Amino acid sequence: MLAVDLLLTLAALATAGQCLLLPGLFRAVANLMAFGLVMALIWVRLDAPDVALAEAAIGAGITGALLLTAVGQLPASQRQLHHEHYRVPRRFIPMTIIVVFVGGVLWATMLALPKVGLVKEIAAVLPESGAEHAVTAILLNLRGIDTLLEIAVMLCAVAAIWSLQRAIPPPALELNYPGLTTLARWLHPLFLLTFSYFLWQGTHAPGGAFPAGAVLGAGGVLLLLTGSIGWMYRHYYNQLLRWLLAAGLLLFLATALAGLLMTGSLYGLPPQLAGYFIIAIEVAAALSIALMLMTFYLFGRPRS
Amino acid sequence: MMGDLLGIALILLSLPFFIASTVGLLRFPDVYARLHALTKADNVGLGLICLGLAVQADSVAVGLKIVLIWGLLLLASSTGATLISTSALRHGHPPRQRNDVDKHAGR
Repeated sequence: MLAVDLLLTLAALATAGQCLLLPGLFRAVANLMAFGLVMALIWVRLDAPDVALAEAAIGAGITGALLLTAVGQLPASQRQLHHEHYRVPRRFIPMTIIVVFVGGVLWATMLALPKVGLVKEIAAVLPESGAEHAVTAILLNLRGIDTLLEIAVMLCAVAAIWSLQRAIPPPALELNYPGLTTLARWLHPLFLLTFSYFLWQGTHAPGGAFPAGAVLGAGGVLLLLTGSIGWMYRHYYNQLLRWLLAAGLLLFLATALAGLLMTGSLYGLPPQLAGYFIIAIEVAAALSIALMLMTFYLFGRPRS
Repeated sequence: MMGDLLGIALILLSLPFFIASTVGLLRFPDVYARLHALTKADNVGLGLICLGLAVQADSVAVGLKIVLIWGLLLLASSTGATLISTSALRHGHPPRQRNDVDKHAGR
C-alpha cells in the first residue's frame, strides 16, 4: 500500500503544482478539481470516508463548477493570464514537484523516527470522542466548533455573492438537453436517501451534518441548474429563504445561550439534554449547508 | 477461491479497455471521437472491474452495491457525454469530415 500512498502524494503535488504554475484560468480550475478528487482519495486512505465525501462533493464538484462558471463570465480578454515578464521555464514545474516530493518523503521519514505531535493525546481521548478514527475525531468532534464556524463562513460567502449581482435564472435546458433534467429528477431520491443515512449516522457521532449537507446540496444544485426549483428566484419566498439559510447558525447560537442560562457556562449543556440538542443542531446545520451550497448557484441575489 | 480467480480474471480483462480508451483520448482528432472512446471503452472496463470486485465481495448486499455504482456511473457518464457533445456542436465545433486534413497527424 506504500506505493499507492506515494502515488497519491505525487498526484496531489502534481495537480497542485500545475494549478499554480501553468498559465490559463481554465487549466487552473480543471487542475484544482483533479486536486480535490486526489485529496478525497487521500482522506479515504486515512480512514476518514465522511471527510472524503465532503471533500469530493464540495472541493472537487461544487467549488469547481462555481469557478468554471466564474471563468465563463469573464470577458474573453481576461480568461488568459499572460505572464509576459514572469515566464516559468518548461522544466521548472516537474522539477519543483519532484523536489517537493522527495523533500516531503525525507521529512516524513525523519518525523516517523520519534513519535512527535499530538498522537498520544488524541489516542487517549479517542474512546470518549464518539468517533472511531483519529482524523474523524479531530475534525468533527474535538474541533467540532470549527464545523459550525465554517457554517458562519459559508453564510458570509452567500452574503458576498448576493451583494455582487442579481440572480441569473437557469437557461431553458429541457429543449436542448432533455437527458440532464430527467437524470437530475431520477437521481434526487438517491441523494435524499444518502442525506438521511449520513444524518442518522451523525446522531451517534457528531459530524454527519457536513457530508449530509454536501450530498443534499450537490443534488439540489443539479435540480436548480436544470430549472426544477423555481421558488428560490421568487420575491414571495425571499424572506423564508433568508431565515432557512440562517437556521443552522441561529440554532447553534441559541444552544450556546441556553447552555449559558442553564449551567452558567457557554455551550455547557446538561448531559441528559445534550443528545437532543446535538440532533437538532445536526439537522438544522445539514439543511442550512445544503441550502447555502444551492444559493451559491443562484449567482446573485434573488428579487427581494 | 473460484470467486477470487474469476474476480482477478475480470479485472485483468478490464485493463485493455482502459488502455484503449486512454490512447483514444490522447490520439483521436476531435472532441466527439474522444468522447466516443471514453464513454464506450471506459464504461466497459469499469463494468468489468465492478463485476470482478462484486464476485469477491463478502456478502450479496455489498456485491449489489458495487454493481449499483456501475449503473449510476453509466447514467452520469452517458448524460455527461451528451452534454459535452451538444455544447461543442452549439458553440461551433463541427465534427471532422472524412476528407478533412488532420493537422496533428504523425505527431
